[in-house]
Amino acid sequence: MKHVMPLSPFALEISGLVKRFDRPAVDGLDLAVRTGEFYALLGPNGAGKTTTLRMIAGLLRPDAGMIKVAGIDALADPVKAKQIMAWISDEPMIYDKLTPREYLEFVAGLWGIEPTIAESRAESLLAWLDLAPHAHERCEGFSKGMRQKVALAGALVHDPRVIILDEPLTGLDAGSARQVKGVLRERVDAGGTIIMTTHILEVAERMADRIGVIAHGRLIAEGTLEELRLQAGKTSGGPRDGASLEDTFLALVAEQAQAA
Amino acid sequence: MTPGTAVWFARHESRLAWRDWLSMITAGRRERLRRVVIAILVFATFMHFVAYWMVGRYADAVIDKPVLTTITASILLSWLLMVSQAMESMTRAFYSRSDLDLILASPVAAQRLFAVRIATVAVAVAMMAIPLAAPFIDILIVRGGLRWIGAYGLIVAMGAAAAALAVGFTVALFRIIGPRRTRLVAQVVAAVIGAAFVIGLQVAAILSYGTISRATVLQSRAVLAHAPNLTSIVWWPARAATGDWLALIGVLAVSFALLAAAIALVAPRFGEYAVATTGAGASSVGRTGRQSAFKKISPRRALRRKEWMLLLRDPWLVSQTFMQMLYLIPPAVLLWRSFDDGNGAYNLLVPVLVMAAGQLGGGLAWLAISGEDAPDLVATAPVPARFVLRAKVEAVLGAVAVVFAPLLAVLAILSPWHALVASAGIVVATTAATAIQLWFRSQAKRSQFRRRQVSSRVATFTEAFSSIGWAATAAVAAVSLVLAIAPALIALLVVAGAWIMSPRPAAA
Repeated sequence: MKHVMPLSPFALEISGLVKRFDRPAVDGLDLAVRTGEFYALLGPNGAGKTTTLRMIAGLLRPDAGMIKVAGIDALADPVKAKQIMAWISDEPMIYDKLTPREYLEFVAGLWGIEPTIAESRAESLLAWLDLAPHAHERCEGFSKGMRQKVALAGALVHDPRVIILDEPLTGLDAGSARQVKGVLRERVDAGGTIIMTTHILEVAERMADRIGVIAHGRLIAEGTLEELRLQAGKTSGGPRDGASLEDTFLALVAEQAQAA
Repeated sequence: MTPGTAVWFARHESRLAWRDWLSMITAGRRERLRRVVIAILVFATFMHFVAYWMVGRYADAVIDKPVLTTITASILLSWLLMVSQAMESMTRAFYSRSDLDLILASPVAAQRLFAVRIATVAVAVAMMAIPLAAPFIDILIVRGGLRWIGAYGLIVAMGAAAAALAVGFTVALFRIIGPRRTRLVAQVVAAVIGAAFVIGLQVAAILSYGTISRATVLQSRAVLAHAPNLTSIVWWPARAATGDWLALIGVLAVSFALLAAAIALVAPRFGEYAVATTGAGASSVGRTGRQSAFKKISPRRALRRKEWMLLLRDPWLVSQTFMQMLYLIPPAVLLWRSFDDGNGAYNLLVPVLVMAAGQLGGGLAWLAISGEDAPDLVATAPVPARFVLRAKVEAVLGAVAVVFAPLLAVLAILSPWHALVASAGIVVATTAATAIQLWFRSQAKRSQFRRRQVSSRVATFTEAFSSIGWAATAAVAAVSLVLAIAPALIALLVVAGAWIMSPRPAAA
């Protein structure tokens, strides 16, 4: 698919991001994701991953901090930032009474995409995600995997430069998960940027260019898998060379818990 | 207590029902309980005054045919509402998956639980009716003596009979039209049953006597001439309510026999029926026949179109939302009857239209604003939040306009002034109801439409009082614009009160 050339070397820049509910969920987070990068954000439950992504997507307003998406200040000009972003959560929120095609037409309308371009993209996305035979069926009878694919098609129909995904593979069967991963990889190869949280460490290990580990609302480690291993190995009992991401991740989180 | 017995299941069910009820009246916040209890006591006291005003003078009435006719009609009306409630509960029991998998997979005799569950519907229906009827029965007891206590027994019997009928009807639907359609049909029928009797009596009153009063029909010579003798079994429920103990025992015996038969027949197969509902929704693949090209469309228009499509494609929501429109049938008949008459009928019509518009607007506004099934998608779209809200409000006003335009057009031909007042009232009442829903918006699934009142009692009451206020304003304005200032100010105060009490939206 055709892609707009990036304007900024960073798809996402976050600094001093804070969000408090009863306790701090995100506590002075700094993060930078390069354009064209597949970035995986890992962390234990309650670490602040989803809160962070929801603030980036414009679904939550931070208490403090700065968010820039492709150089656009997302807090000062959220509409402009949203124009180049897409958000997908673990629970696909689509309209049961619309067909996939109607859903894509609605999304295209919201993003103001030219009808001919939108229709062409919709057709190819539906075919690509094996949804074409169901394009005129209402989504109410769809499985979780099909619903997630409809949501993914909706996220891609406006050709976003930055795609934010919160646990997109949860509950998907092997075939659907592979299809979704393939679509995401293709987007990165085409110059798009993916920022994704996942608990499936194997996915992060195999797909991500860089991985960030977050705990208690702060970034505790960041880098390629090799860089993370090195970082974890500095502490006594840390993982050795060739350790899996799971070992590395657990060592980093344990180290942070001890420090706290 | 031995696990797996009927008593053990009854304890389990009653605990769940109690917590569900508690959560419903406190909207999930236990700290509100004290305030809710005080509010209930105040309301109950107020209702006793209302009851004294309405039925106090009938406590010592001689039980003759007109009195029996009126009491029987009231009992029938109440019972139909109870049947409606029981059908709604029974449908939920069949289709709710919550714990059925656990129960059916466990090594206990599941029919015991299902027997308890059917009995629970009977108890719940009676328990819902008792608080509503209690003020009237209490006043009759105080003024007319203990004989009226039989009315409480009658309510229990009515609950049992309503549950028995609901079970029979739901199972019959299962067999005739299958589990896929039963849910929708049962819920629509339940709603129609609840409204049909009232509407039928009003239409009969209008056609026969030109008034909207139900009592006119019930007390008419024509009805009394066809009413059976005083010794007839038809009067047993009414006699049971007025203290005829033999009649009460008879009514209770018949009702409990019906319930026992329903339980005995259905409980052993309840699991089978419930399992049949699994995937009933999944198999309902609706298809749109044509493939039209994508159209150039603004975000606002896309949102409006989406709201209308979602509403039109959901027959259950359409039935629930437009059920209130059934109450427009009597005024429509009145309008038709009054084609050659003067202003009297139009003065009556204007507030009915305004009230109905307010209620419809409130329901549609909840669906459009709170019942957004893809809130993240809309929130992450590059459209300012105010545009989204404006589009949704436009969708609501558009739907209300479509419903009321034909009635207003007819009224405009008959009386342009009344049509003008009604139109203004409809716009204001709909806008006010929409604004209240906007101020109290909270994210919910559209399928929770029936339970939307739970999320905010303040929104529910202010929306209702606002509609009543604007209806009163329109009624007075039809006669005198100057006099309408007072009710308009009261309605404005209600709306302002709603705004003051509304939660401040969290920044997003």
